Amino acid sequence: KTRKLEKNCYRKSYVWLIHMATRLDGRQTYDYRNIRITFGTDYGCCTVSLGKTRVLAQVSCELVPPKDSRPTEGIVFFNLELSPMASPAFQPNRQSELLVTLNRQLERCLRNSKCIDTESLCVVSGEKVWQIRVDVHVLNHDGNLMDAASIAAISALSHFRRPDVAIQGRDITIFSPEERDPVALSIYHMPICVSFAFFQQGTYLLVDPCEKEEQVTDGLLVIAMNKHREICSIQSSGGIMLLKDQVLRCSKIASVKVSEITDLINKALENDKRVRKEGGRFGFAESMPKERITALKRDEAPVEMTGVQEMAEEFLSKGEAAPEVVSSPVIVATGTGQLGEGVQSTWGLEEEDEEDECQGEMDKEEKKKKKAEKGTAFTFHQLFFFHFSDEVMVISDSEEEEVVVLNPEAPYVFSLFSEYSYQ
Amino acid sequence: MDQIETGSGSVLREYGSEQNLLSKPDGSATFLQGDTSVLAGVYGPAEVKVNKEIYDRATLEVVVQPKVGMSSVRERAREQCVRETCEAVLLSTLHPRSSLTLILQVVHDDGSLLSCCLNAACMALMDAGLPMGRLFCGVTCAIDSDSQIITDPTAQQERESRALMTFAIDSKERNVLMSSTKGSFSVKELQQCIALSQKASEKIFQFYRDSVKRRYSKIL
Repeated sequence: KTRKLEKNCYRKSYVWLIHMATRLDGRQTYDYRNIRITFGTDYGCCTVSLGKTRVLAQVSCELVPPKDSRPTEGIVFFNLELSPMASPAFQPNRQSELLVTLNRQLERCLRNSKCIDTESLCVVSGEKVWQIRVDVHVLNHDGNLMDAASIAAISALSHFRRPDVAIQGRDITIFSPEERDPVALSIYHMPICVSFAFFQQGTYLLVDPCEKEEQVTDGLLVIAMNKHREICSIQSSGGIMLLKDQVLRCSKIASVKVSEITDLINKALENDKRVRKEGGRFGFAESMPKERITALKRDEAPVEMTGVQEMAEEFLSKGEAAPEVVSSPVIVATGTGQLGEGVQSTWGLEEEDEEDECQGEMDKEEKKKKKAEKGTAFTFHQLFFFHFSDEVMVISDSEEEEVVVLNPEAPYVFSLFSEYSYQ
Repeated sequence: MDQIETGSGSVLREYGSEQNLLSKPDGSATFLQGDTSVLAGVYGPAEVKVNKEIYDRATLEVVVQPKVGMSSVRERAREQCVRETCEAVLLSTLHPRSSLTLILQVVHDDGSLLSCCLNAACMALMDAGLPMGRLFCGVTCAIDSDSQIITDPTAQQERESRALMTFAIDSKERNVLMSSTKGSFSVKELQQCIALSQKASEKIFQFYRDSVKRRYSKIL
């Protein structure tokens, strides 16, 4: 109830403000907030700040079989996520209407406009194509997520480089970034979304609404356009009815804004390219503001070594003597390994307690075998029981006489935990 | 394997942090270690769902978001490590029946990711003003094939190492709050790494002190 009252108060004050041709943050009706685009260390990573709204985009690629209906085209996949960091209203793993709307609009803006040449992403027709995946994370929600997301997505796509591929007959070679320079995606044009918020049944309109303005708006109009004045998509939500000349006026404003933003993106891309070529420092570490009072940076610092050996010796001498150390398990057969041998139980448990554990999937009772591959993580506790051994140890006191080593070809499932039988 | 070399490999990469950079969360911070960068946001104390509430303390929830793809078991393991460290230092009994949410977004991973998450988390909790008994920091050590200990390894060094350990060290007595290890190593090596991490943590705690001093220099 208080929220509704709040909203109504906001609405009235906002309409009055707009009537006086000012906005709460001092902007004019057609002004965008400050846009800042920074690129990360690896290709395809981009952060966009639209005023206080912050969005992170990352592009990645992978080779997959193509869709059946389009065997010669690559796949572009968009995934926008509202991080719970962005607003207390966003919960993790909750599908909200806003999320679906943003995802859909981003797809329409970038995929349906065919701004990326998907034919060039084909490696072997019908078998292997590149799947370009764009992940957009919303980090801070201060309104106009759509514009920020579209700017981040198209900047990240323009920044991204995929590995170079050479095809010779049936052989495909994919070169790592060290062997051959990665290749940029072929992008025809840059569609950018511009949002308009309407108040008083279309009387007043604002460009780039902030969060407070979005909450009291009657309707929202999103126009996706590129620098060449081509409209890629228009979406009107909120149920307000607009006149033809209103929509035309919006599209004229949008074309001006889009060309400004496209210039900004191109400048940022040029800067980044230049810094990388000159071998300078690049990435988010460099773009962190140094002159702010809330930011601090320290150079590489060596760690003082004096006294480390002595400290360690002290700890070791206080504890009990460590047993001999072995660095790898005994591999008995492919897929079967042995890790240590059992020790005397100090629990004093009865024998029949652990008989139940051995039922289940095993037909034959197994001794302390654990399926271990080389390089598996061992917990520190288990390291105390490492021992060198070439042969299989019979540790438990079971009634079965024969020792059976399970082979991976065996039809039943081998469970992963090891059982220690206590005496 | 008696004597471990702790020579030139023991450097902490260039590190930096910025606090209060997001307007919505109650506290936010970004921490950079070399090229590894993590952004942390904290909300709290806030209302908690009835099925998650604890009658005498605050409920801490940690979410680690990877940059690409959906979160998997690896992120859950990291969340567990961070949550246990934070629960050890936060005075959660001061806010019963409330929720504290800590969200960590991986911005770039170039090695030592868990310790970067811990450092970002501590700075974000400080920025949010949540009451803590002591501060904590994360230090990662790697033991490479020549048995040399490297602190704050890059992704390349992590891949080539035979053991990787992350410790969360507290600020009061330099105790180990949390340890997460991977690979095989001896007891002696472990103790050496712990001693090394405790030494390295002094630099990070000094950095926390300097950041806060700088931030409130105009007020105090």
